[in-house]
Amino acid sequence: MPTRSPDSPLLPEPAFALPGPRGPLPLLALAGLGVLVLAGTSLLIGVSRVSWDALLAPAEHPRALQVLVISRVPRTLALVLAGMSLGVAGLIMQMLARNRFVEPFTAGTAESASLGLLVVTLLAPGIPILARTAVAAGFSMAGTALFLLILRRIPLRSALVVPVVGLVLGAIFDAATTFFAYRFSLLQSLMAWTTGDFSSVLRGRYELLWGAFVLTVLAYVVADRFTVAGMGEAFTTNLGLSHPRIVALGLAIVAMVTAVVVATVGMIPFIGLVVPNVVSLIVGDNARRAIPWVAVLGAGFVLLCDVVGRVVRQPYEIPVGTVAGVVGSLVFLHLLFRRDSRVG
Amino acid sequence: MSASALRLEGHERRLLLLGALAVLCVGVFMTVDAGGRWDFVLPFRARKVATVLLVGYAIAVSTVLFQTVTENRVLTPAIMGFDTLYVLLQTCLLFFLGSRTVASLDPRLLFAVEVAVMVLFSAVLHRWLFEGRGRSIHLLLLTGVVLGVLFRSLSTFLQRVIAPGEFAFLEDRFFASFNNPDPDLLAVSALMTVGASVLGLRLLHACDVLGLGRDVAISLGVDHRRTVSRLLAVVAVLVSVSTALVGPVTFFGLLVANLAHGLVRSHRHVHVLPAAVFLAVIGLLGGQLVLERVFSFGANLRVIIEFLGGLMFITLLMRGALR
Repeated sequence: MPTRSPDSPLLPEPAFALPGPRGPLPLLALAGLGVLVLAGTSLLIGVSRVSWDALLAPAEHPRALQVLVISRVPRTLALVLAGMSLGVAGLIMQMLARNRFVEPFTAGTAESASLGLLVVTLLAPGIPILARTAVAAGFSMAGTALFLLILRRIPLRSALVVPVVGLVLGAIFDAATTFFAYRFSLLQSLMAWTTGDFSSVLRGRYELLWGAFVLTVLAYVVADRFTVAGMGEAFTTNLGLSHPRIVALGLAIVAMVTAVVVATVGMIPFIGLVVPNVVSLIVGDNARRAIPWVAVLGAGFVLLCDVVGRVVRQPYEIPVGTVAGVVGSLVFLHLLFRRDSRVG
Repeated sequence: MSASALRLEGHERRLLLLGALAVLCVGVFMTVDAGGRWDFVLPFRARKVATVLLVGYAIAVSTVLFQTVTENRVLTPAIMGFDTLYVLLQTCLLFFLGSRTVASLDPRLLFAVEVAVMVLFSAVLHRWLFEGRGRSIHLLLLTGVVLGVLFRSLSTFLQRVIAPGEFAFLEDRFFASFNNPDPDLLAVSALMTVGASVLGLRLLHACDVLGLGRDVAISLGVDHRRTVSRLLAVVAVLVSVSTALVGPVTFFGLLVANLAHGLVRSHRHVHVLPAAVFLAVIGLLGGQLVLERVFSFGANLRVIIEFLGGLMFITLLMRGALR
């Protein structure tokens, strides 16, 4: 293995040259179309039958329309929003930590968010959901900051140690959460929160995810700053930007997105890791160019996991978080060894 | 007898102290608050203690041996995904055979088959990861952690697919807690542990040499590949035993093995292994005692162990243990 400086960002080169300054747009349109097809599929599957002709003649099938409006559309929207925002959150984290293997799930962010949820449930059970999410966001921000602090103190930082630290930190938060959940007989509710599960999404129960969408748009607006921050602290300062301020902004976005997603549907592991890595192969590492891609493919990935989870064992369903755990870890292993075979 | 024969070396004294403390823990655990119902309390607690002893032994020895084989203080079988693999195996077995078939099979046969698969897996993992050229320890570590996540997710996936009744059977059968050990499983586990220990005992001196590093060991005449495979087989048996009895405990082995190395300050496995076992027993029984009697918390020890072990892991990383 060639030696490299401990801070080397390890960003792999794009697989092929970009056709034009804006990236392969037709390809993006194609991917968007694929996501639309998946979303359509997601609308139509389920216990209660909803078919196209029912929708075209709503007067004859009032029940199908009701199912669609109250349950199916919110669910599909929630999937799309969660996938988009988690993917972009992962991309931002990877730029800030300058490491390809970091995302809310591998940095303790998601676990500290659920610890925050537990604490707020214990101390102030009747609090409105927005306040609950705010507390969770505070916790996940603190957890992620702790992660970055520990990283600084680890000598000989290898790119691969970073996610290990994050996963272990997550396990520590998880142990603390489990401890208190067990003490106060909340273990079962905890299970329900932490596995990403969209089966209980109905109209009125997912709207907070639009907040995650707004944050994603914000990330797109300030994307260039993250690209610069990804080049390192010295480079950023050289350009006259405040590196700590960019990091704080990025952390805030990531923590809030994670908290919103965990509070509404639970954890979906590895999306923020797999999707940005795949995207960087297609369009490279410019955040502004990558974010639309990450959003589209993130939504597609979550939709796909959900469709698989719903089809495998009808009429029951397997939570998205579980399917994403299986698929995501397989892709992650593939990424690891592909990279390794090229470096070593 | 001269006085010098009675004078103990520092590490021997510390070892004795640990042993005495472990025995004390067992004694207190067996007798505290018995309320005079000895005929009920003693056998009931004896089974609990036996489980703890077995599990503590299995976790401590497997971790120390694994660290020797991999020449690294941060790796444990659990971090490499071994115990989650065991859970996955159990789930697969139930998924494909069904609870009725599994229940009708001889538990000893079943256990032997599972362990054989584990050994096979560890052999493959070892060939693939440890002997690959240019594979860094970091890659290894990360692969292990992700494999753990994969196995866990796969198990959850299958557990969601199987019927709830079947799942209850799985939970019941394979995750006896400290509080309710299944006598059959306990007996099989004890048998397997003794068998593995006998095999391991013959490799004890080779272990000391392996601790010097692969190249040195080979130049000193150790058949590296064969010794390592055998040691990994022992590790696989012990991990299966501990996981079968109490389920996966990720960081406990790490905690115990590193404390043992730090306390005994000897490189000989004759010293390190018993110290690790004593520490495991002290940790499990003493921890349980403190939890139950002082904080009246009930059986929630594993979570605390995970917490402390995770902290120790990060401390080790910060101290640069991966160099």
